Amino acid sequence: MYEDLVEQTEGQSELFCNPDPDLARENFKNKSRALENKVTTVEKAVSDLVEDGDYIATGGFGHVRIPTAILYEVIRQKKRNLGLAGHTSIYDSDILASSGCLNRCDISYVVGYEIRGLSACARRAFQSDKIKKTDWSNSSLSWRFWAASAGLSFVPSRSLLGTDTFKHSAAKTVTCPFTGKKFTALPALYPDVGIVHVSRADIYGNCQIDGILISDEFLARASRKVIISTERLVSNEEIRLEPHLTVIPYWCVDAVVEVPFGSHPGNMPEEYWFDEDFFQMFLGKGKTEEGTNEFFEEYVYGVKDFDQYLEKIGGIRKMNDLRAIEKLIFKKNGS
Amino acid sequence: MSAEYNPLELMVCVGSRVLEDNSTVEVGTGVPMAATLLAQKLYAPNIIAIFEAGGVAPLMPGLPISVGDSRTSHKALLASSMNDVMETCQRGMVDYTFLGGAQIDMYGNLNSTMIGDDYQNPKVRFPGSGGANDLGSLCWKTIVITPMDKSRFVEQVDYLTTPGFLNGKGAREKAGLPLGTGPYKVITNLAILGYDEETCRMQVESLHPGVTIEQVEENCGFELLKAAKIEDTPPPRDEELRVLREEVDPTGYIIGR
Repeated sequence: MYEDLVEQTEGQSELFCNPDPDLARENFKNKSRALENKVTTVEKAVSDLVEDGDYIATGGFGHVRIPTAILYEVIRQKKRNLGLAGHTSIYDSDILASSGCLNRCDISYVVGYEIRGLSACARRAFQSDKIKKTDWSNSSLSWRFWAASAGLSFVPSRSLLGTDTFKHSAAKTVTCPFTGKKFTALPALYPDVGIVHVSRADIYGNCQIDGILISDEFLARASRKVIISTERLVSNEEIRLEPHLTVIPYWCVDAVVEVPFGSHPGNMPEEYWFDEDFFQMFLGKGKTEEGTNEFFEEYVYGVKDFDQYLEKIGGIRKMNDLRAIEKLIFKKNGS
Repeated sequence: MSAEYNPLELMVCVGSRVLEDNSTVEVGTGVPMAATLLAQKLYAPNIIAIFEAGGVAPLMPGLPISVGDSRTSHKALLASSMNDVMETCQRGMVDYTFLGGAQIDMYGNLNSTMIGDDYQNPKVRFPGSGGANDLGSLCWKTIVITPMDKSRFVEQVDYLTTPGFLNGKGAREKAGLPLGTGPYKVITNLAILGYDEETCRMQVESLHPGVTIEQVEENCGFELLKAAKIEDTPPPRDEELRVLREEVDPTGYIIGR
């Protein structure tokens, strides 16, 4: 039993992104070093920077600090055959998969909504072989971003070993030249487009994030192109006042879009809590294909932009209620 | 003694008693979050709860919904990154991890990925590893908390997502996993299970109130060993239930009330 897993040396699934650091350097060589204004619209950022077939990586934690506005626009513009790094991906991977944008996914976590249970529409999408899947764990994807951010082609780790998770990954084992110990070799992950929602950014793309970072400092450095959506734009002076708070520097960034409440229905640390009513509505509709289509018609294709969407989900009043929960302000029912 | 409780409440209360004060515990999503929060309030006020997305030692104002939400870094010592937390585990600084799981076998191997035999076309897709594979690989002791029945406690898992003892003594080391790590306890609705040192196989260590060894065996799909002395699990105390219902999970998200 499990003999083959203990002995295995090579994962069997497809490696979707080339880990060659010299290929990546060619791209980074050509990125602008100029402090130039990168502020644009959601629509233009997506049409300029996301192409059919691209491999994308979304920041945050699946339903926490996610770039919802950008992802809705990717769906609205009907981008196809995208790849995704499903690094604890929840609502982000779900909407991309169940709207038909994806054809491949590096998975550590999909389909689940943590304590809310599972999503039927994500399950339909990921159970089908229309999406090619390669398996990983959360640390594996974090470290794959790290290896790319450091300009390397792989990083050794002690996860995955002995399991089916390794078997269905694209990792290999490697022997340490110093200790002779066996490690998992994780290939660096250089996404085509990184998409991250942040708390504050200036017009050049210098970003600050309140709360935990997940892997976004590395994801942004690893990506060939980066789209930032930000709760608010701040002045460059404000960034320079506390440079130790800059977690993503401008030179990683290609576009900056100001989107207040841009992580809805996700939690945004220090700003607003999850919209649980919305998640229940979405998970309910997702039970059938008709319901799923209705959802996209109503909340994505049927609205012009994220402002109109926010009006639809209850506008500023709703967002203030979610802010009160985040800030532990307990209002009386009905007020 | 006469307090009534449901199986989930029983598991959370029993789970809250196994963690030591001043230890570091990496907390998985769901029932483990409730058990850790209860432990913090009753038995182990200085327990250091660590969450895989970067939250370290929060003073949680309530139950998190996600292991990455803002409650996991509320008044925390550190709002860090997934890389940092996983590296802390890999460095040997994390004593326990507390996980759930869809299937478990006699060596404590866990499946949270799929049912079926074709990875690309599973019969039923579950979320996958998330951080579970990492935590079960890198933390010193793995505690699993899950209800017990034959569909969960199986001879062989459909997909080995997270390593237990793999196929027995020495297998983890042979695979390359860190020395001295592995499964420690399984908290169920019927019993506390542990592992026999020699064979690394699961054994019954303590029976919950009113539960017989036969009942435990009937709800398990593989042969369980028995510890030299099988204890009786003390029932949930009134204080445990009160704090659990009023302070830890007042909305009943986890305990289903």
